[in-house]
Amino acid sequence: MTLQTPPVYIAGVAETPLGEVWDQTELSMVALAAREAVAEAGMTLRDVDGIFVNYMGEEGSVQVGEYLGIQPRYADSSDLGGAAFEAFIHHAMLAVAAGRCEVALVAYASRQRTRRGRSMVRARDGSSLASQFEVPYGLPSPIGLYALIAARHMHQYGTTPEQLAAIAVAARQWARLNPKAWSRDPLTVQDVLASRMISDPLHRLDCCLVTDGGGAVIVTTAARARNAAKRAVRVLGAGESHTHWHISQMPDLTVSAGGVSGKQAFEMAGITPADVDVLEPYDSFTITVLMALEDMGFCAKGEGGRFVERNRLGPGGDLPALTSGGGLSYNHPGALGLLLLVEAVRQLRGEAGDRQVKEAKIAVAHGVGGFFSTAGTVVLARE
Amino acid sequence: MSERPAGAFGDAITAPFWEAARERRLVVQRCRDCGRHQFYPRPFCLACGGTALEWAPSKGLATVHALTTVRIAVIPELQPPYVVALVELDEGPRMTTNIVGGTCRIGDRVRVAWRERPDLPPLPVFEPVGEGST
Repeated sequence: MTLQTPPVYIAGVAETPLGEVWDQTELSMVALAAREAVAEAGMTLRDVDGIFVNYMGEEGSVQVGEYLGIQPRYADSSDLGGAAFEAFIHHAMLAVAAGRCEVALVAYASRQRTRRGRSMVRARDGSSLASQFEVPYGLPSPIGLYALIAARHMHQYGTTPEQLAAIAVAARQWARLNPKAWSRDPLTVQDVLASRMISDPLHRLDCCLVTDGGGAVIVTTAARARNAAKRAVRVLGAGESHTHWHISQMPDLTVSAGGVSGKQAFEMAGITPADVDVLEPYDSFTITVLMALEDMGFCAKGEGGRFVERNRLGPGGDLPALTSGGGLSYNHPGALGLLLLVEAVRQLRGEAGDRQVKEAKIAVAHGVGGFFSTAGTVVLARE
Repeated sequence: MSERPAGAFGDAITAPFWEAARERRLVVQRCRDCGRHQFYPRPFCLACGGTALEWAPSKGLATVHALTTVRIAVIPELQPPYVVALVELDEGPRMTTNIVGGTCRIGDRVRVAWRERPDLPPLPVFEPVGEGST
């Protein structure tokens, strides 16, 4: 199912201020990143005619549009959580290819750390299915659901806590090379296993950070991308899916929506996992990475634990992954998917400094949202 | 269609589940056309698309499919550590629940028990089935 569409490019990327951001609002953070990203694309905000934003106000993209002075002819606020931004690239690629917009802005910012806005408790009033059938059992959200998935994977395939910890260690090794990473102290498998158990088998250090952050990405046509101040990167393929909301409804606890999104994206791009030079998998939890590796076909189902054991994901490994340090050690602003794209583009441009993967030509960003509910995969290429 | 009883918990589709729970009976929807059970309830059969659904008694027996010990406080009525499990009913559907009255592992057999809740219908939880029982 190779989709024949005009080529579409990412012509600009930027991070918002990261970490603990006291001197900005979410909207001003997005404005900073959007201006930087359009400048990289050789444009101004006046050129933007498509907007792909969610989680930034009460009505999807509308408040960001107003704040930036954009009245788009194409707007999308698909709500796929952590996978939303990979889905936005999918949608923006199709919208730009179809001529429905020419310069698409994908953007996000959150101050979940300084606002202390993260709660593990959901509504308990009996009005929703979750409040009737999940919340009364005290399942912490989202970690408890990921813990059940990890426990099942361990039972079914013999995956070990040490193997999950190896993913956090790989992320930290990359973070030590990234001056913008939040956590840069050395980390060992033993450190992860010695950290506080939150919801078995997931320890504190199997979990991502809670930080402020975000970013912006500009998607555009080949013609407009030629004026970019920096090298544009081609969007070769994209895909998305979702499987469930309540953990009782997940068809198979050891298979995520990444199987569908990955297959779609790789087929559209005409690549296989062996072609991928840099992988940016969503790392809300260590198990999120392990299952994504299996579901996208980097290893067979059940082999993820053995695959990550000998630090193949870390610096010098044969599948460099989490190269920013990921949500585990670099930044996790509640929805990490946008920052995965920023890092993938910078790797393909050769801008990643000490953490640069040599001769990176194909990068994959893989978002995961909800309770392993959603997935979005984007394949990017340096031409 | 009968009127929904005043003071019913849940919503129009789930109310019969909670009405049965008040009598400590675990019920799940069963499709009269294809025989499949489903949980949570819906106005149609997920398996065959039919609408001939009835509420059928569950044997209340299940196998632990996944479980986690929660070590942080999440809701006031549960003091950590406590066990949240996903159990697979013998009728087929999976339910999120708590394991009470003993420890168990994935693959172990469990049976339904009921947790009383002030002002709310009893909540189905599960407990280990002793040696020699089904």
